[in-house]
Amino acid sequence: MNAIIVDNISKAYGNIQAVSNVSFEVREGELFGLIGPDGAGKTTLFKMLVTLLFPDQGRAVVNRKDIVKDFLQLRTQVGYMPGKFSLYQDLTIEENLDFFATVFGTSIQENYDLIKDIYVQIEPFKTRRAGKLSGGMKQKLALCCALIHKPEVLFLDEPTTGVDAVSRKEFWDMLKSLKQRGLTILVSTPYMDEAGLCDRIALMQGGKILAVDTPQDITKLFQRPLFAVKAAETFRLIQDLRNASFTHSCYAFGEYLHLALEHEITSSDIETYLASHNHRQIDIKRVDPGIEDCFMDLISQTSVPAQS
Amino acid sequence: MKRFLAFVKKEFFHILRDRRTLLILFGLPFVQVLLFGFALSNEIKNANIAILDNDKSLHTQQITARLLSSGYFQVYQNLSSYKEIDQTFRKGVIKMVVVFPTQFSYDYEHGRTAQIQIIADASEQNTAISLTNYASAIIQSYTTSVAGSIAPMYIDVNTRMVFNPELKGAFVFVPGVMTLVLLLVSAMMTSVTIAREKEMGTMEVLFVSPLSQWQIILGKVIPYLALSFVNGCVILILGVFLLELPMNGNLLLLLLETLLFIFLALSIGVFISSLTDSQLVAMFASMVIMLLPTIFLSGFIFPIESMPKGLQVISNVIPAKYFIRIVKNIMIKGIGMKAVALDTLVLAAMALFFIGLSIRNLKTHLA
Amino acid sequence: MKAVITNKLTKKFGDFIATNAITFEVEEGEIFGFLGANGAGKTTAMRMLCGLLTPSSGEAQVAGFDVYTQTEKIKQNIGYMSQKFSLYEDLTIRENIKFYGGIYGLRLADINDKTAGILEKLQLQNVADALTASLPLGWKQKLAFSVAMLHQPKVVFLDEPTGGVDPITRRQFWEMIYEAASRGTTIFVTTHYMDEAEYCNRVSIMVDGKIQALDTPKGLKETYRVDSMDGVFQILARGTSTK
Repeated sequence: MNAIIVDNISKAYGNIQAVSNVSFEVREGELFGLIGPDGAGKTTLFKMLVTLLFPDQGRAVVNRKDIVKDFLQLRTQVGYMPGKFSLYQDLTIEENLDFFATVFGTSIQENYDLIKDIYVQIEPFKTRRAGKLSGGMKQKLALCCALIHKPEVLFLDEPTTGVDAVSRKEFWDMLKSLKQRGLTILVSTPYMDEAGLCDRIALMQGGKILAVDTPQDITKLFQRPLFAVKAAETFRLIQDLRNASFTHSCYAFGEYLHLALEHEITSSDIETYLASHNHRQIDIKRVDPGIEDCFMDLISQTSVPAQS
Repeated sequence: MKRFLAFVKKEFFHILRDRRTLLILFGLPFVQVLLFGFALSNEIKNANIAILDNDKSLHTQQITARLLSSGYFQVYQNLSSYKEIDQTFRKGVIKMVVVFPTQFSYDYEHGRTAQIQIIADASEQNTAISLTNYASAIIQSYTTSVAGSIAPMYIDVNTRMVFNPELKGAFVFVPGVMTLVLLLVSAMMTSVTIAREKEMGTMEVLFVSPLSQWQIILGKVIPYLALSFVNGCVILILGVFLLELPMNGNLLLLLLETLLFIFLALSIGVFISSLTDSQLVAMFASMVIMLLPTIFLSGFIFPIESMPKGLQVISNVIPAKYFIRIVKNIMIKGIGMKAVALDTLVLAAMALFFIGLSIRNLKTHLA
Repeated sequence: MKAVITNKLTKKFGDFIATNAITFEVEEGEIFGFLGANGAGKTTAMRMLCGLLTPSSGEAQVAGFDVYTQTEKIKQNIGYMSQKFSLYEDLTIRENIKFYGGIYGLRLADINDKTAGILEKLQLQNVADALTASLPLGWKQKLAFSVAMLHQPKVVFLDEPTGGVDPITRRQFWEMIYEAASRGTTIFVTTHYMDEAEYCNRVSIMVDGKIQALDTPKGLKETYRVDSMDGVFQILARGTSTK
């Protein structure tokens, strides 16, 4: 059974096509990730699915409700956490939560069970105003507020953007435990390394979906031989490798460069080439492609025009 | 209903926690009223007056002596005929003329109502009011102090203002301040707080909740309705008790009219907020389309009659013009229902117009 | 000469110690990664080094100038770029470059040369007279970096320059950083992408206002026995997360 069905949906703002002909499905109880950089159309897509925007074209069904026809019913069944912190800064943690609980016709006590694991972490500060909280705590409060009415489907728009790596990890742990309670979660993120934490992902760029699959299967789309290469002078290494005839693409990946080849050659062939260019401390190893390799490959293949 | 109450409660939290809002809400009316009040009580010592004593009796001399010994007045000139009054005023030195008619003592001692006329230069309205008030009080105290010896006596103090007979400004400023504050609090604050929710992104979250548009709008409006009403009452109380402005008409009618005007101001506020997503624009729009026209075109500062024809026409669409007139009519002239019916109707029509527009612009979706 | 020297640099806001006696040095031409959890005090430290905030105590020099007495000199010798504000969206690309050239007092001929240079390097010649708002985020950031480098500053402060930028543009951005560093500009950069921490020559990690670790990425990984900078960060910064 699908919790979300998006069928050929499009939305433009004036001349800018924010989302064009997007289709995908999210299964019930799935943790589904929408991965893509700023401007990929993730937020617009989210706003349509939570009934804030009407699509120009196409249709979508969330929790068996049409996002246009049944938007009023749907609104009580989804939890939505916008990308920007959207709580009342001048209300305390408790007042914010209480407000949203009452607005949805429930109370903190009634659904305490669902938010308990998250809420206990911020409860000691419940009389503190939301505006004075740290980034990580704001995020937890926002998640509590989005959960307080026990939604069937949870929409989290870039919950981890601008958040440090530690808080990000904690946040994903929370999502995992929510998923275990049977909640369907659609989450968007610009961080490719978070893709692996989802059941399935859609890669998005320029308003289009490039691929939808499990993280493991998506990496299978990447067919070229891939090596990780390191040497003493990184910047010169990039230049030299890009000029090599065997190179398809070469990008920095952490301390290594990822070198995708046009055709199969051995690591010693690469080493010979680099040695001839006076590189020292050369380290080359064969690696499996990750989501980010795959994403970059897909963008350059489709060469989605930069929207302007 | 519980949802709605939660919303109203939240709104009160916002207001009470924002010092700036509180300052505007409660500081402004006080400052405005006290400012005018200060100007009113200023400058009244040894004011030059002229006396036209046609009776020249014991009583008139005693009353004159009392006036002079009060310290508020000094005689600049004794006049001998009515014709001189106008000439003396035109010299610009004297502020007030006290006129005793020929039969003053006769009327006074025969149990009739004796007449004294006080004529004041109302080009400085505030001073004029104070001086006539002081003079009347002193004259009345004379009757009571002498009353012990002779049978009941009455003096009717008949004041007349020259140069500015209706005392525009002085009596208008309280209705004017009230209008301004109500507009500011009701319209500007509502439009700004709605825009703030849009700017902060909280409006999105509210849209996705089961709260209806009407609950959101009314929840925004009601706290400000209450605050505005309290504010209006505070201004009235300050005006009547501190500045001794008359309250000649029906209080209930006045309060109802005040509510109507607040309702209109709120509907304008909601209308403005339906046009913009930014607090800054909302603030600016409120200033341009309400505050400035209210100050300059409503008759608050400049009398409408002395405006160029074009501006006079424009002043007809300024809601404050009607409200100021209504308040003035009820408070000062003490006229009732019928006299203010037309102005009331205009205000009601304007309110309906803006509410209608707002409903048309009301959205349950973004963009 | 060192590009940045701090000695027990401290900033207090009331009772709260945002930056607590941090001491470090940054070499000329170094790419220095300045990491830390949200609220660890990075922004405060950066603001002091840029001459925007007066320290409560301690010493610091940036490009050889004192942060207490020579803030104007500092501002002339550094470049600054943040994720949030950098360029005027309602000016064209060309106007933005010329504007910044102007406020740094470059000569008109220089400004024209540099404008042409930047437009060519970023391949923006065809859209030079389009509004900056119309550029995709990644391009805006590359442009902002070029503009921050316009007056050839000795030190450039980059505050989360690549947040939300697509992976390819992000890498192109880092290549620009490498290039600038290879020409002797010191780069002082914050990021939440842990793979980017690996691109730095040295990395410091701030926790609760203090510098908890400072070393090369390799040295840090060896010290904490993990295979990625993410691992290092998870170990060090964990303490603050529940704050």
